[in-house]
Amino acid sequence: MEEKIKARVMDSRKINRSLARMTTEIIERNRDLNNLVVVGIRTRGIYIGKRISKLIKDLEKVNTPVGVLDITLYRDDFSELEAQHMVKKTEIKFSVTDKDVLLIDDVLFTGRTIRAAMDSLFDLGRPRSIQLLVLIDRGHRELPIRADYVGKFLPTSKREMVQVRLKEVDEEDEVLITEPAGIE
Amino acid sequence: MGFSHKHLLGIQHLSEDDILSILDTAESMAEISTREVKKVPTLRGKTVINLFFEPSTRTRSSFELAAKRLSADILNFSLQASSVTKGESLRDTVLNLEAMNPDAIIIRHAYSGAPHFVSTFCRSHIINAGDGSHEHPTQALLDAFTIRQEKKKIKGLKILIVGDILHSRVARSNIFLLNKLGAHVVLVGPPPLLPSIFTSLNVEVSHDFDKACIDADVLMMLRIQRERQEKYFFPSIREYRELYTLSKKRLKKAKPDAIIMHPGPLNRDVEIATDVADSVQSVILKQVENGIAIRMAVLYLLLGGKSREMSD
Repeated sequence: MEEKIKARVMDSRKINRSLARMTTEIIERNRDLNNLVVVGIRTRGIYIGKRISKLIKDLEKVNTPVGVLDITLYRDDFSELEAQHMVKKTEIKFSVTDKDVLLIDDVLFTGRTIRAAMDSLFDLGRPRSIQLLVLIDRGHRELPIRADYVGKFLPTSKREMVQVRLKEVDEEDEVLITEPAGIE
Repeated sequence: MGFSHKHLLGIQHLSEDDILSILDTAESMAEISTREVKKVPTLRGKTVINLFFEPSTRTRSSFELAAKRLSADILNFSLQASSVTKGESLRDTVLNLEAMNPDAIIIRHAYSGAPHFVSTFCRSHIINAGDGSHEHPTQALLDAFTIRQEKKKIKGLKILIVGDILHSRVARSNIFLLNKLGAHVVLVGPPPLLPSIFTSLNVEVSHDFDKACIDADVLMMLRIQRERQEKYFFPSIREYRELYTLSKKRLKKAKPDAIIMHPGPLNRDVEIATDVADSVQSVILKQVENGIAIRMAVLYLLLGGKSREMSD
């Protein structure tokens, strides 16, 4: 599907500033940083998680392990999908039991991904708490879920799409609002 | 990339892409079996039937665990030949089961082509768990998965399949699969169990195990069914042992890091020496472990989505 870019709402500098601000909020709120573990949701959540973990280390000299969560097997919309998503690996090399888990995704939209991610985390152990960090909160929630740390609130219409691009996997750091082209 | 078949009837008609997407999906599934909670909710509400017309413990329980770890409900039917001879045809048996609205039927049958026949009149997804001497696709897939895990590749490897090739569905599925992925396949066995017609499958055929062993990366041993000996396929177990048992001495001719595989059940000291079967080069138990991940991948790829255009 062709899509056209409507706006470029964040660039590399803005993204870095947001991440730095959220890192400070995380440090403020979590007295015991040694108990904090980071879990990034595939794909972009992993890289945001790694950056946050590094920022925490730079500021507080604390190592926070980063795990990777693939939520494909926990989706609630299997039977509605055109074809199945490729399942990728969940790689969490540490126990989440009794940890403060910082769950990270790029965009918070309906909340269904986060629901699936929490179900998946509970199958891996019993965290002491789960906090949610997203780079973009675009609204339109379908479930009672909110983020603890938000990079940017971005009011959107439902037919718009929000694309977070990160230089680890895309060419550069930016956040775009796009829309399917050719539809009236 | 992706998998777009409705059934898994064999390897022969799969593309390289189909095979790789099953293997890649299985990589992700393997992790689930190492968790404390060995279950994901993916196939909740789906019903799978294990329909086995031949005895099997390993394959049946492997499918059963795979279905359970994906949260599907599974029903086991083991119909020995006796109950079939009561007169119900295969078609009627399957139609009765289908009336119970399953989503998939896993079938093992002594007749080659039985799963294909069933797929012609069934709504459910059909998975072949071994039909006669035709195919056993999930075994070949788990073998390939194990080889890839150990050797990090399949292309270019010298892979020996040794034993009763003539009657082996495991051999046929493996020949198709390994050829598609670019391995160098050598079949080894006594001429009555390995007629020269097999060269038409684009593989090398050898009756000299000692010579074939040289530089082998993978030694896949097949079970010798003792009952075949009575049918004069080979003169005696003792002679077979002399020529085709995988012994320490023969193993030394292969590459030092060669791996040893066997689909089970083992006939110790017939096709494989006990010390070889238990050696560090043996990956026989890893094959069993990987079987669950492969079967989870197959169930997921067949059942985990609907309303798409399906071939076969």
